[in-house]
Amino acid sequence: MADTLALPPLGTPAARDLGAYVNARADGLQQITLLIEGAHCANCIARIENSLTAVAGVKTARLNLSTGRLLVEWQGLANQAGALAKQVEDLGFGVRALDTHGPQDENTTKEKQLLRALAVAGFGAANIMLMSVAIWSGAADETATRSLFHFLSAVIAVPVVAYAGWPFFKSALLALRARTTNMDVPISLAVLLSVGLSLVQMAEEGQHVWFESATMLLFFLLIGRLLDARARGRAHSAVSRLLAMRMVDATIVNDDGTTTLTQADMVLPGMQVRVPMGAQVPVDGTITEGQSSFDTSLVTGESTPMEISQGGAVYAGTINLGAPITLRADATDEDTLLADIARMMTAAEQRRGGIVILADKIARAYVPVVHFLAAAALVFWLTIMAASLPHALEITIAVLVITCPCALALAVPVVQVLASTKLMQQGILIKSPAALERLAEIDTVVFDKTGTLTLPDLMPDISALNGEQQATALALASASHHPLARALASHLEGTPASLSNISEDPGNGLRAEGGFKLGRAAWVGADETAQTPAPELWLSMPNAAPLRIPFKDELRPDAAHVIQRLKDKGLKVILLSGDRPAPVAHTAAAAGITDWQADMRPDAKADYLQQLEAQGRKVMMVGDGLNDGPALANAYISLSPASGADITQTTADIVFQRPSLKAVTDLLDIAGNARGLARQNIGFALAYNMVAIPLAMAGFITPLLAALAMSASSLTVTANAFRLSFWRAS
Amino acid sequence: MSVLLILVPLALLLGLGGLMAFLWALRSGQFDDPDGAAYRILIADDGTPKAP
Repeated sequence: MADTLALPPLGTPAARDLGAYVNARADGLQQITLLIEGAHCANCIARIENSLTAVAGVKTARLNLSTGRLLVEWQGLANQAGALAKQVEDLGFGVRALDTHGPQDENTTKEKQLLRALAVAGFGAANIMLMSVAIWSGAADETATRSLFHFLSAVIAVPVVAYAGWPFFKSALLALRARTTNMDVPISLAVLLSVGLSLVQMAEEGQHVWFESATMLLFFLLIGRLLDARARGRAHSAVSRLLAMRMVDATIVNDDGTTTLTQADMVLPGMQVRVPMGAQVPVDGTITEGQSSFDTSLVTGESTPMEISQGGAVYAGTINLGAPITLRADATDEDTLLADIARMMTAAEQRRGGIVILADKIARAYVPVVHFLAAAALVFWLTIMAASLPHALEITIAVLVITCPCALALAVPVVQVLASTKLMQQGILIKSPAALERLAEIDTVVFDKTGTLTLPDLMPDISALNGEQQATALALASASHHPLARALASHLEGTPASLSNISEDPGNGLRAEGGFKLGRAAWVGADETAQTPAPELWLSMPNAAPLRIPFKDELRPDAAHVIQRLKDKGLKVILLSGDRPAPVAHTAAAAGITDWQADMRPDAKADYLQQLEAQGRKVMMVGDGLNDGPALANAYISLSPASGADITQTTADIVFQRPSLKAVTDLLDIAGNARGLARQNIGFALAYNMVAIPLAMAGFITPLLAALAMSASSLTVTANAFRLSFWRAS
Repeated sequence: MSVLLILVPLALLLGLGGLMAFLWALRSGQFDDPDGAAYRILIADDGTPKAP
């Protein structure tokens, strides 16, 4: 955010109206799911749950620490939800209401289905093997015993394959209906053929059945699918957390003059909305009462506050810096300028979704080849070698099983899951596994200035103040929610001076009895001719000249070092900023960047990136403000610090949580590593195929051997991926 | 042979029992919150957690 003002916490004195998020259950209980921020330990769980269950009428309060979701069920009215939420907020946790139909929930259901299928396949494979091993060890010398075991295997195999194989059959059917093939078609063919042929053999009291091959095949394939779903699930939970954060507070002024505190998406056009000092404007509107200065950086990129008075237009996403105002809502929810920008970014994102990931590319080429080879083997053995149909089918099944892309299906997801975990340990959240692959192709890095290269909070320069003055400033600043005051208060140390009657004059500053003032230059009585556009506060002590406290952006601790590392890797580094040339030049010099542009508005940034793209460059954009949003969406891959605007975090492919910029180099290192391992895995899987397929076609491999060989290749690929866990931050 | 007629179905039944137990545990949400479960053992019955 260009002016780097932190948003005020969501909790305000009144309780919110969360009625829209409450579900009424069939048994009469009201139920709501809240997203809790800041709960990390047993203490937190106990405090939250106990404080809620102590309230009369609350039947259940259960916090899921892994997802951050709190489920509350109570006997009573829907509008009591707000009070319950406030109770948790008062304990010191962040609370947001959650819409429980987001993409994360669908993914969790899918994961559970896969896990169930995996359990069933595992049970089936183990128990059938029980009997198969007995047969191979010689218990099948009597035909009667062997037939019994075959029968029992069939009884287990048929329902197990029907249930555990369903994800594959469904996917194959969908692909065939769309007149294409995917990896699931040969898998389904192999499984169904082997079960079918085995049933025929069993009925004829034949010698060989392959029930264990089919179930083992499904077992290993399901492991791969589950890992893949887990990787996506983790990515989704990051997104849904960020989406929930878009629910900003709005204070509606009712016709009778009372106010209702609710969430931004509940405001309708025509309603009167009050925006207190320091709050984010929730909807687009026209000011009907009052005038103030606004931080419009989220939308325009300007870091200097803009004065808007009665009749002027304000936009959702800007921050009211001065006096409280009342506005009439013009465009709300989906129609605001904010939503427009978000849509622009979504459209660009979808355009990017067309980049097919490596595994899919291979699948497209691979599957037709597999079908062809299996068919060729069948024809060859039936005609040229004049084998019996069962024998020829057995060889065909062996070919299908051994070409089963198990290793291929695992090769990349395993590496991605491990890489995502490694990155999470470094405080880096990756939204989609595909982003990892794109990272390895980067040749240019574009940085935003404020909030990205510099720390998100403004740093006050208190060098001009002595101890007593600092104590006074601390006492005054602590009494205000104004972003500059808060930055000052958090930066000052020591005990605050004891002042009496501290009061806030909205839009001007703070005063205390005895002539102490902290605020704007003009109000404090300072000399205005020396004014610069940079944010500043003036401290006035009684009978003394006012002292200036300038605020400046401070470069992130290791920014220069990181930029140097990037240049050493051969990447081109560019700085694009919406700020004026002087501060941009200064920051660029301090960071060691020679290519920079200033005064860039959001669409200008996006255009610049498109130009780079036209030159054939693959760009990684690192930005944090909404004014970076369109640019982020246009980059090949985008990165945002967790201190950035919520919508920017939602658009960015990757979010990093720690203040150090080292996340950028760590990310590129791990991605490079992951790509190398993924390639090794795919190479190994393909090599294995090239050896195994001729052997299978020549009839040397039974379906069982094929299943074992394929399982071994899957395990090798997984073990290789674990080498990623040896990566250490340098 | 006669021993097999008893033992094999018995083994299968036990295996099936294990599978049912797993599926039940999955359905009753025991796998939903591994992190929380790790911390909940530190909470005493009266609701106050012991020092971690």
